[in-house]
Amino acid sequence: MAAPTNATGTAGALNTFTAAELAQKLDSGEVSSVEVTQAHLDRIAAVDGGVHAFLHLNDKALETAASVDAKRKAGEKLGLLAGVPIAIKDVLCTLGMPSTAGSRILEGWVPPYDATVVARLRAANLVLLGKTNMDEFAMGSSTEFSAYGATHNPWDLDRIPGGSGGGSAAAVAAFEAPIALGSDTGGSIRQPAAVTGSVGVKPTYGGVSRYGAIALASSLDQVGPVSRTVLDAALVHDIIGGHDPRDSTSLTDTWPSFADAARAGALQENLKGLRIGVVKELDAPGFQAGVSQRFHETLAILEGAGAEIVEVSAPNFDYAVAAYYLILPAEASSNLAKFDSVRFGLRVNPVGGGTVEDVMSATREAGFGPEVKRRIILGTYALSAGYYDAYYGSAQKVRTLIQRDFAAAFAQADVLVSPAAPTTAFRLGEKVEDPLAMYLNDVTTIPANLAGIPGMSLPMGLAPEDGLPTGIQIMAPARADDRLYKLGATLERLLVDKWGHTLLSQAPALT
Amino acid sequence: MSESTPAPRESEGAALTPDVVRHLAELARIGLTEDEIVKLTGELGIILASIDKVSEVATADVPGTSHPIPLINVYRDDVPGPTLTTAEALAGAPDHDGSRFRVTAILGEEQ
Repeated sequence: MAAPTNATGTAGALNTFTAAELAQKLDSGEVSSVEVTQAHLDRIAAVDGGVHAFLHLNDKALETAASVDAKRKAGEKLGLLAGVPIAIKDVLCTLGMPSTAGSRILEGWVPPYDATVVARLRAANLVLLGKTNMDEFAMGSSTEFSAYGATHNPWDLDRIPGGSGGGSAAAVAAFEAPIALGSDTGGSIRQPAAVTGSVGVKPTYGGVSRYGAIALASSLDQVGPVSRTVLDAALVHDIIGGHDPRDSTSLTDTWPSFADAARAGALQENLKGLRIGVVKELDAPGFQAGVSQRFHETLAILEGAGAEIVEVSAPNFDYAVAAYYLILPAEASSNLAKFDSVRFGLRVNPVGGGTVEDVMSATREAGFGPEVKRRIILGTYALSAGYYDAYYGSAQKVRTLIQRDFAAAFAQADVLVSPAAPTTAFRLGEKVEDPLAMYLNDVTTIPANLAGIPGMSLPMGLAPEDGLPTGIQIMAPARADDRLYKLGATLERLLVDKWGHTLLSQAPALT
Repeated sequence: MSESTPAPRESEGAALTPDVVRHLAELARIGLTEDEIVKLTGELGIILASIDKVSEVATADVPGTSHPIPLINVYRDDVPGPTLTTAEALAGAPDHDGSRFRVTAILGEEQ
């Protein structure tokens, strides 16, 4: 794919290439990792004042890049993405770099170990650029709940970049990093991808280790890749995925190469024999008109390429958001109990002293933002005696019904599709005082988390009414992540052929 | 689960009261101002009214799912491996004495 030649970056500038392209240039000796890393640091210096995708930059990035260059020069056998820079969501623990999860309560905290996914990136000789902004403890759909200020959407700096992983998506969409890591509990990789015109994948639950990912809701959280192309997401997934004995929910499966699936998808001539299910409940009349329009145009393209489009119904999806906002706060209220002012993070001593309970209350009052407090109290309520069965117990039953709906849908279709988000990026401040409106923005992405299945968001064009990116979501049965990459790469090629350029090459220059 | 909210009502999901929110905040160890309690009572009431509908389809014959892809009996061999040093474990602590976390008094004066 050619580097963009418009204002998004200087034509041919190293920050405009994909990770796969950079890997090829590094391998051939055309460029060094120091040059590639410096190009991205320069881009960050030039535009991140406006975008605010990063909370922390790695002051060892160039040092690492130089050491990778030296290894390559010495003839060492290196991984495919060796020397390529990557941005890391601040929810992931990183040795030597603060890991705050966007919260004041962890301000300046430097973890004593790497998350497994981070350790795997280091072992594969990728260069960590820094940590990206997010809603506090990944609670939010806009990054406005970050304790360190919102991230701005590179397409329109007055709009949200999605959330919670808006920093990773914005960094990739603003050409500050070719690839990034995110985490997805209810759509935190896929919704930011949709509204920034990037690619984001939530793998099958258990497909990627959660060890060292600061937990939000442990039965829903999953770490995954953020990128500008399907192949790049697959290349990252191949590195970070696979069994981790440190995560007891990690699957022991042997996974196929997702990069091979993406390459095969990009080459396949047509989609004959593929059944694509359109989930009726996720193609709703309440969605933004331009999102629905691009979605139906994309379905026509898929059908034109030979796929069989079938309508499927998942009636219990209407209860998914409700179940999610019981299960998530319940698990979060438990997970966040560890922030007790004893082992790490903030401690606030109340005026005049007090018992350890007073100190905990003062610390959590000062250290947690409004959305975190809201969800912890909601979760405490959902788990309390007298309400447990009606709320948490019922939500778990809904989860079963949603899994059954998916099973029935996948009996009729090989993959399912929907818009990845019901709207394009809304304005900063628009929903921050209306929690329910913010929650409903996740209606399209939540079902996949509840069922543990994989999902991808892929750009499907700009909405006519506001010129902002829209995304299509592709979902596959659990363990069939390769289907996302194969179909995603085919669709990406069909769309780029139709447009004559990549979507992100049309993004504003920012400089 | 061990501590119950005050005055459970017969109908589930009705509006919360400020007293309930105050009690929940105490259970969750989050200090809140009176203004915050009032604001949260309203917000949580709206949220609860919208998520209450899970009970419509959660009938007795449907088993619950706690985990999307259940794994059973995940064991590992009991062999020594690398662990954090004391200094590493204490490095992020708000207060310590070099070998232990230092914690505020757990018991009140009257105890």
